[in-house]
Amino acid sequence: MLGALTVLLVFQLIGEVLVQFAGLPIPGPVIGLLLLFLSLCVRGGLAVPLRDTANGILQHLSLLFVPAGVGVMVHFSRVSGEWLPILAATIISTALAIGVSALVMQALMRGRSGGEGGTGGGDGGA
Amino acid sequence: MTPRIADVWVYLSASPLLGLTLTLVAYQAAYWVYQRAGFNPLLNPVLLAILMLVAALTLTGTTYATYFDGAQFVHFLLGPATVALAVPLYLQFDKLKKLALPLAVALLAGSLTAIVSAVGIAWLLGASETTLLSLAPKSVTTPIAMGIAEKIGGIPSLAAVLVMLTGVSGAVMAKYVLDGLRITDFSVRGFAVGIAAHGIGTARAFQVSEQAGAFAGLGMGMNGLVTAILAPLLLILWRWI
Repeated sequence: MLGALTVLLVFQLIGEVLVQFAGLPIPGPVIGLLLLFLSLCVRGGLAVPLRDTANGILQHLSLLFVPAGVGVMVHFSRVSGEWLPILAATIISTALAIGVSALVMQALMRGRSGGEGGTGGGDGGA
Repeated sequence: MTPRIADVWVYLSASPLLGLTLTLVAYQAAYWVYQRAGFNPLLNPVLLAILMLVAALTLTGTTYATYFDGAQFVHFLLGPATVALAVPLYLQFDKLKKLALPLAVALLAGSLTAIVSAVGIAWLLGASETTLLSLAPKSVTTPIAMGIAEKIGGIPSLAAVLVMLTGVSGAVMAKYVLDGLRITDFSVRGFAVGIAAHGIGTARAFQVSEQAGAFAGLGMGMNGLVTAILAPLLLILWRWI
């Protein structure tokens, strides 16, 4: 677990350093994600501790957004001043973006597998 | 008795322990409710925990800065967690290769829809230009959205708030939208949620299925890159028209 956590931090650090040097408009951890993904592909395997640690952190990914989310209180007056356009735009546009992405992807997958359609099954919920 | 309680409060409110502990307690209480409700998306744990904490901070007159002194230790883990998304992605690599084209086209369509519809709706309802520009990157993860907002003339911290609203509403609505459209494939469901509702959507997807989570993480990362390119271009186009 300690080793796996170190691996994650090292890749984040490399990502941050690259972003600073190259002046990229992308956050360091996203570059770290890409680099770790590439190195897993090159290595052709995944160590069990890294898999367990990654799954452990990702299971509680929700928790990590809470501190930033509480920051809404700082902007309360600004948001309440324009609450209608802000709420309508975020809610409607988010539903539209989910629907459009899903329909386009599903249509293209159907086209490929000859009308076979969904393969995942289940009534789950993402 | 009272002076001692006041002393303890003065001591605690100056230490990071309180903010950190409150965050963990609020989240676990929220998660308990969410679990008891059969993972009902309306009782999203991020939303509940935020509401509880905002109420607690407001009632005790604690500033966000004081709270964040402690909560930053949780916030910091977002970095390594983002890197960790490489793991489920790698486990889905075979499926990913086969789906390269549907993924790329869905990404472009979803990204355009998110930007254009958000700005369009707010514009129709008379939002100020600063709000419009801060809304454009609302579907991508906070650090990227703040960077984009700054670049195109919005307010980065307002963009961060809009990103949170988007993420929470996406996590709450996704199941209903996708069920309504009869989308059953977890790779499609996850990818769509990741594009539209970044990390909070991804967190919700992981609670449902590891495959959905992996594709949501991919959608979130890719949409960050695409929106960083599309938003400034669309702004030039808009000004030109």
